[in-house]
Amino acid sequence: MPFIPHTADDIRDMLAAIGAPDTEALFDEIPARLRARALDGIPPALSEMEIGRLMTERAAVDGQRLNFIGAGAYEHHVPAAVWAIVTRGEFYSAYTPYQAEASQGTLQLLYEFQSMMASLTGMAASNASLYDGATALAEAALMAVRAHRKSKSQRILVPKAVNPSYRNVLQAVAGGQKLAFETLPYDPAGGTTTLASLEKYRGQDITALVIQQPNFFGMLEDVDALTDWAHEAGMLVIAVVNPASLAVLKPPGEWGATGADIVCGEGQPLGVPLSSGGPYFGFMTTRLEFVRQMPGRIVGRTVDLDGKPGFTLTLQAREQHIRRSKATSNICTNQGLLVTAATIYLSLLGPHGLAQVAATCMQRAAELVAALGKVPGVRVAFAGPRFHEAVLLLDRPVHGVLEALAARGIVGGCDLTRDYPSLGHPLLVCATETRTVQDIDTYARALADVMQSAAAA
Amino acid sequence: MSNVPADLRFLKSHEWARLEADGTITVGISDHAQQALGDLVFVEAPEAGRRVAAGEACAVVESVKAASDVYSPVSGEVVAGNADLGGQPELINQEPYGAGWIMRIRPDDKAQFAALLDAKAYEAALAAETH
Repeated sequence: MPFIPHTADDIRDMLAAIGAPDTEALFDEIPARLRARALDGIPPALSEMEIGRLMTERAAVDGQRLNFIGAGAYEHHVPAAVWAIVTRGEFYSAYTPYQAEASQGTLQLLYEFQSMMASLTGMAASNASLYDGATALAEAALMAVRAHRKSKSQRILVPKAVNPSYRNVLQAVAGGQKLAFETLPYDPAGGTTTLASLEKYRGQDITALVIQQPNFFGMLEDVDALTDWAHEAGMLVIAVVNPASLAVLKPPGEWGATGADIVCGEGQPLGVPLSSGGPYFGFMTTRLEFVRQMPGRIVGRTVDLDGKPGFTLTLQAREQHIRRSKATSNICTNQGLLVTAATIYLSLLGPHGLAQVAATCMQRAAELVAALGKVPGVRVAFAGPRFHEAVLLLDRPVHGVLEALAARGIVGGCDLTRDYPSLGHPLLVCATETRTVQDIDTYARALADVMQSAAAA
Repeated sequence: MSNVPADLRFLKSHEWARLEADGTITVGISDHAQQALGDLVFVEAPEAGRRVAAGEACAVVESVKAASDVYSPVSGEVVAGNADLGGQPELINQEPYGAGWIMRIRPDDKAQFAALLDAKAYEAALAAETH
């Protein structure tokens, strides 16, 4: 069933009314060389039955492996109530409600989501979400350029310890808009960004510094020192954070003397299943003074003519339906359904429950690092405090080891060889609250076995 | 009927400009523009020191109904943005030609000011727009 309300008759009548021969003629304004022809790479449409079968087969290939991979998407327990509520008809929409009079429930939910994100990140204002964590960072970079009016350079410092996929998306989205990104090295001992690496930029016109906490290696950056240094040097601070970690880590609004300026990240850890990589959602919060530079939908609370509280989209003059090409963003949207899941997830867990999740993640990751670090041929890359991930350095190529582990039903981690070749044979591992002590033991034994057999071979 | 002071110059896009004794030019939006926009809720005035070209969008006025760019009537350097508008955008509604000024520009060439619409020409432009 096509989800288009117009019948063939409707379309014919409308075309006749404006004197256009066919629908194609409505696009003749676009030069022929810019038009997309038929998409050869796209196979013919499948029926619901066929697609159901295909996806079941694909899921079976994934199997039920024991998962130790994180690298930006994290396996957390999602209480059954979350998606039972999200899939109710009243919530089951990905779209933002423009009609406040018909959408108070959805608007209130988005408002609660914004309140939760503002509270978790320690910032004054939140938007109603963005596509995902990577595009949220790209939007944050563009926003920093708009917000920091004294800086003309459009140069942004990005540590190499920021998720490489995020750095790629940053370049893809914002590079074309003349933003320049300078890569900061990480300290080989601690796996974090040091103040020493920043010194050469002192006195230069730099728009913003990006700080990811925990960073891509799972290590905790010295966010207070980095934030204060950037502010003293006249830069804004863009924080990229894992929201699940904020129940135990200091919120970005409290980093250093005055806090980060823009906070963004991937919302998937809050009640969204891994689902082969998406859909997820991004989030963004900021100081009140920068709220007009924020992209995306914002829901506000107000009162109606009778003085009764109600909710509505607000500050819409930032957005493309009003400001067209000068909108704060023309490539963002709100991920309504996933935000609904996150809001219900956070409501069910509460601050205490989320702190328990975060603390258990840290505990399990510490146990995992201790167990795997003892395996001959394996050492832990960096020393220092970490959240729920760690880089291991193997004495042989990572790919073969992961293949051997996969054959034993274990997803052993993320191979960082391509993105960080100077580390040799780096493997990023993760343990969340869903891994048990037994799971960790199973992994450690399997890894020892694989390393030994491969060594013997 | 909107107020069009005889001593000011105007742009068709509804900015006004006044040549001050020190040679700078004060810029705001006309009484007609503020009436059309309705209650202003936010103004983004340019930073002092910014170079602007005649016709360049260099400020934004946002009302409950719309957001509009404000164009510079002349080329030159911004010497001041009206900081009071940050907390009181309604000054533009209350005194569009006084406390609601948006920016002051030191023009590169005063002849650009002389070439702007005078009050009579702006009134004619307004009449043409409404009829």
